[in-house]
Amino acid sequence: MASLYAPPSLRQQHDGKSAETRNLKPGEISSGTTIMAVCFNGGVVLGADSRVSSGTYVVNRVSDKIVQLHERIWCCRSGSAADTQALTDIVKHHLGQISIETGRLPTVAMAAHLMRKLIYGNKDNLMAGVIVGGWDPVEGGSVYNVTLGGSCVRQPFTIGGSGSSYIYGLVDAECRSGMNADECNAFVKKAVSHAMARDGSSGGIIRTVVVTEDGNVRSYTEGNKLPYGP
Amino acid sequence: MHTTFHTQSDNARFSCSPLEKFTTRLLYLFLSVIMSLSLPGGPAAHSKMAVGAPSASALQRTRRPMVTGSSVLGIKYAGGVMLASDTLCSYGSMAKFKDARRITAIGGRESFDATSGAPLPPSHPTLLGGGGEYSDYQAIVDMLRSDATAEYCADDGHFQSPEETWSYLRAVMYQRRNKMNPLWNDLIVAGCDPTTKVPFLGSVDKIGTAYTDDVMATGFGSYIAVPIMRERFRADMEEGEARALLEDCMRVLFYRDCRALNRIVIAKATADGGCLVSEPYELETSWDAKSFVSDKAGLGTDGGW
Repeated sequence: MASLYAPPSLRQQHDGKSAETRNLKPGEISSGTTIMAVCFNGGVVLGADSRVSSGTYVVNRVSDKIVQLHERIWCCRSGSAADTQALTDIVKHHLGQISIETGRLPTVAMAAHLMRKLIYGNKDNLMAGVIVGGWDPVEGGSVYNVTLGGSCVRQPFTIGGSGSSYIYGLVDAECRSGMNADECNAFVKKAVSHAMARDGSSGGIIRTVVVTEDGNVRSYTEGNKLPYGP
Repeated sequence: MHTTFHTQSDNARFSCSPLEKFTTRLLYLFLSVIMSLSLPGGPAAHSKMAVGAPSASALQRTRRPMVTGSSVLGIKYAGGVMLASDTLCSYGSMAKFKDARRITAIGGRESFDATSGAPLPPSHPTLLGGGGEYSDYQAIVDMLRSDATAEYCADDGHFQSPEETWSYLRAVMYQRRNKMNPLWNDLIVAGCDPTTKVPFLGSVDKIGTAYTDDVMATGFGSYIAVPIMRERFRADMEEGEARALLEDCMRVLFYRDCRALNRIVIAKATADGGCLVSEPYELETSWDAKSFVSDKAGLGTDGGW
C-alpha cells in the first residue's frame, strides 16, 4: 500500500506517463526512436528506425529520420518531430550560408556546435536529441551526440533515442575499432534491429547512410528482412 | 478417507479408475479453495474475486496497469466463433514478454470413455481473450478454471455455457469497479452454447460494460480493426475467410499500434464442440512500396517526414 503513494512533487513529474511522452504537449508528435552513428576510417555510418508515434498510435511507419544538413553532413533526429525538423531546417540554412561565404565544405564540428547552441539556448522549450555525423576534409569521419539538455560530446560511435536504452550492452560488447564501412553498416543494422525488437516506440524499417569523401550511399532494410526480430 | 496418490508413469492419466479420477479432482478442488482463502478479502469460493481488497480510501488512487496486453479480436462465422490476439505483453513501452498467451480455453466437458478409460475430446469450452493487466487476466483464468473443476465434481450434467460465463464476469467486473479496485482488463468471451450450439461472442470491460455482437475488438482494435471487420463481415463466412479477415486486422494493428507484435495466436470454438487455440505464428508484412523506400530528407526536401 505504501508504494501507491507518491509525494506530490514526483506525482506531478511523471503522473504515470513514460519518459518519452511526459514532456510532450497534448497532441504533440514524438519520434520515440532508435538512432545510431559509427565512425570508421574514411567516413561514418548513420542509422535510424522509421516509427513516428503519437501516444501509442503509429503516425508514420516509414519515416525518414536521417536528414542531410550539407553535402557530407547528416543528422539523426530523436524527440519531438516538430522541434527536430525546425532545428535541422535552421542548421541546414546556416551551413549552406557558411559554405558559400568560405568557399569550403563546412566541418561536422561546426554543424554539431550550431545544433548545440540552438538546443542549449532553448532548452526549456525544446525536446530534441540529435546525432550529427559526416565527413569533412579536416577530421575525416566524425560523430557528435547532442543531447536533450544541449551537451555536445564527440564519440567514436554513439546511440540515442528511447530505444537506445535496450542496446547499450550489445553495442558495448560488439563494437570494435578498425571496422570497415560494410562491417559498420552491418553493426548499425544489427543494433537498431535489437532495439526495435524491444522498444514499443521504435519499429518499421531501418534506414542507413554511409558517408565518405566520395559520396553518400543510402540503404533501406525492410521491416520483414531485419537482421533480428521484430 | 484414504486418498491414493499417483506416481507419474506414461499412462497413469489414461488408465486410472473412476474413483481415483474423482479423488484427484477433489484434491485439486480442495487445494484451489484453500489457496483462494489466502487471497485478500475472500471468504466464499465463488465470490472471492468480486470481493477483492478493501475499498480504496478517498486519498488513494486506483492501481495502474504494469504489464499489459493490447488488442483481442473476435468474429462469428458459419459454424463457430474465432478469436485472435498477438503474443506480446508490454511493460510500459518495453516489449517485455513476446510469448504471452492472451487467449485461453476454459471449462467445457472433459470425460473419459467408460470402458477403455481413454479421454474423449473436450466439448464446448469457453474461450477467454484478455487485454490490459496480464496479472489480472491470469487471476481471472485461474478463477474460471477452478469454477469449472468444481462444476465437473458436482457431476450433475450441467456445464456453464459461454453466455453464462460472460454474464458472471460482468457481475465480477462491476463489483470490483464499485469498490474502486478494478480488474484492469478488457475481456472477450466466446464459444458455442452446449445445448443450442449457437455461437456466442461477448465482451466485458474493466468497469463492467457488457455487450454482445457479431464482431468484437478490445483496445486499439476497437478503433482500427472493428471498421474493417464490420465492412467485411457476413453471417455465412467460412472459417478460412474469417481467419484471413482476422489476420488482415492483426497486420494493420502491427503497423499502427506501438504496443503490438506480428506474432499472433488464432483460436476457434465450433458448434460441434471442438475448440482449438493455435500455436503462435508470424504474420507477413509489407514494407517495399516505392513511396516508402524513397528518401525524404535529402538537401532539397522540407526536412524529413
